[in-house]
Amino acid sequence: MTDEDDSLGLFSGIFGIVRRDLLLAWKRPGDILNPLFFFAMVATLFPLAVGPSPEQLEFSGPAVLWVAALLAMLLSLNSLFLSDYEDGSLDQMLVSPLPLSALALGKTLAHWLTSGLPLVLVSPLIAIMFRMPFSVTGVLMLTLLLGTISLSLLGSVGAALTVGLHRGTALLSLLILPLAMPVLIFGARTVSLVAAGDGVAGGLYFLGAYAVLVLSFVPFATAAALRISNE
Amino acid sequence: MTTKLSAEKLTLFRGERCLFKGLDFALNRGELLLLEGRNGSGKTSLMRAIAGLLELESGEIYWDGNSVRTHRQQFHGSLVWMAHRVGFKADLTLVENLKFEAHLRAQSGADFEDVLKRLDIDRLKRLPLRALSAGQQRRVALARMLLSRVPLWLMDEPFTNLDREGRALVMQLTTEHLARDGMCIMAAHQDIDIDGNVQKIVLQ
Repeated sequence: MTDEDDSLGLFSGIFGIVRRDLLLAWKRPGDILNPLFFFAMVATLFPLAVGPSPEQLEFSGPAVLWVAALLAMLLSLNSLFLSDYEDGSLDQMLVSPLPLSALALGKTLAHWLTSGLPLVLVSPLIAIMFRMPFSVTGVLMLTLLLGTISLSLLGSVGAALTVGLHRGTALLSLLILPLAMPVLIFGARTVSLVAAGDGVAGGLYFLGAYAVLVLSFVPFATAAALRISNE
Repeated sequence: MTTKLSAEKLTLFRGERCLFKGLDFALNRGELLLLEGRNGSGKTSLMRAIAGLLELESGEIYWDGNSVRTHRQQFHGSLVWMAHRVGFKADLTLVENLKFEAHLRAQSGADFEDVLKRLDIDRLKRLPLRALSAGQQRRVALARMLLSRVPLWLMDEPFTNLDREGRALVMQLTTEHLARDGMCIMAAHQDIDIDGNVQKIVLQ
């Protein structure tokens, strides 16, 4: 019974969590499909309501897609730590010798893989309905890729803070939205500007920088929040 | 040799109510600490506080002479906790759940199949956990303890939902763990029959 162990590492812990959560998502595909379905529905209904005018669709496309993606992400965040909290897995993670921030990062990564990444992959299909040119669709996917990473990370703090509350969804959205605004503004505007023939680099740099900034402090904030909510 | 686990003047409030005040104990290798008390007297809270899940009002817990507040990872690397809620995923199979545990804490290297056979759950390997009875799920939680290589077992009501053989098995396993120089803190209602050095704390 020694205190050190070589086989246990940070990455083993993160990898274990990601693999477990992906396995769970595979066994319960509804959890992935719900936000995706929401995204597709909002983005599909919008052109029907606005009317068939091509100029209007091209003009509003980036904004609608981005708002739908943001709301779909918010929808999926509530369940991030909820099932772990309810079945006691969270307690087991809290008494694990691995740093909680690493485990929280693993949970967030799995969340992004099961809710952010599918949105990015589906977005070109939806973009067709808004008559988005091929080159602009590429930019849309890039902005969504960087943006959803930030949203997943920011959302994990909110989800950790509200996990002990019943029906904490509204509070979660209130907590997250102010921090998510820059992502929405720069994400949607970058796509609109590219569609108007402007440069792409500035917006992408900002989204990338924001994602890195969030990544650098969020795991610690999430870990602290989890300890507080689980008392 | 210094005491492995000691607590000094632990005080804990839940809301307005004081659960315990100025509680001391010291536990060495090969010893069992039994927590007794009525329902709601704070056994689980004390255990959660020891595990570091609840913030104490005051007092300090030491592991190997170091405060567990400052040496949290070292302490958590030395304990495994069996709680009310088993802490497994209902959608995953028994094997998938226990394999995940291997990512969280050091493993004893005990043979996986032997442990399952001993706990009489080896037939259930391929079933998702939600298909198991409550008692069988407790046995899977016992498998987690046997598979991890840690000196300190925290067991909160380990006999809940277990049949007569299961309860006898828990006592047998605990006795063996103490004989291996392990330590155990157990909250229990019923009379227990465990060989070894047993201390008692009765919570009011």
